[in-house]
Amino acid sequence: MIYLTRLEHFNAAHKLYNPNWSKEKNEKVFGACANENWHGHNFDLFVTVKGTPDPETGFVMDVKKLKDLIKEHVIKKVDHKNLNLDVDFLKGKMCSTENLAMGIWNQLKPHLPENVTLYCVKLYETPRIYVEYFGDTTNL
Amino acid sequence: MSHRVAVYRKEHFNAAHRLHNPEWTDKVNQKVFGKCNNPNYHGHNYELIVKVIGDPDPHTGYVMDMKHLSDLIKKHVIDKFDHKNLNLDTEEFSLLNPTAENIAIVIHNILRAHIDTRLDLQVRLYETERNFVDYPV
Repeated sequence: MIYLTRLEHFNAAHKLYNPNWSKEKNEKVFGACANENWHGHNFDLFVTVKGTPDPETGFVMDVKKLKDLIKEHVIKKVDHKNLNLDVDFLKGKMCSTENLAMGIWNQLKPHLPENVTLYCVKLYETPRIYVEYFGDTTNL
Repeated sequence: MSHRVAVYRKEHFNAAHRLHNPEWTDKVNQKVFGKCNNPNYHGHNYELIVKVIGDPDPHTGYVMDMKHLSDLIKKHVIDKFDHKNLNLDTEEFSLLNPTAENIAIVIHNILRAHIDTRLDLQVRLYETERNFVDYPV
């Protein structure tokens, strides 16, 4: 088993704001991130798949294909966008880095070839803050 | 004899913005600024490098006290722009397009007013890892 990672990046606006709470409570919990008029980040996205190299190509997966899948199902939807307003797979969700990573996982999983497994979505919100999602491992 | 030395302070902030010229139609804005024109904004992690050049002071050995420089940047730049929408939340960009170029000029001018005129000042601003600007040049 070997792990293959592709790095992509995008930038977007968002805010952390729970519409069921008062403005005061949002500001108390989310601080500067609750700014009504949004703020933004350069996100770095690491997508890791695992599998066994094909004996004929030596590839776990054609990395060009992985790049195209990420572009088509993730980057096109989020790059230069407002995560709260513009992104269908985040509608009704809190736009935290955690939820964004899980959303990206769900966007990619159905499109991967059968012989590879999605292993990890690692998402940097800033150079100092990142999350990793390994899928729903509650049954493991 | 002069011993000019450059000292640098790195800071960072993040903000939303959009590039839009209100004198143009939406179509022209879209054509010129592409996805940066998104009406719902997008955003960046900005990295700011402030460069101060001068002779070290004979008494302290400093070109400038870096704590003082850091406090100036925090008070006059970071507090103003961090976690903000540059177009909507700042008076500097209420009429000025918040391109990296204009942001660097604005930051330079803000800081210039607070730094000894015997010292030279230059600002480098990274909008992304691959896009950055210097002012003045």
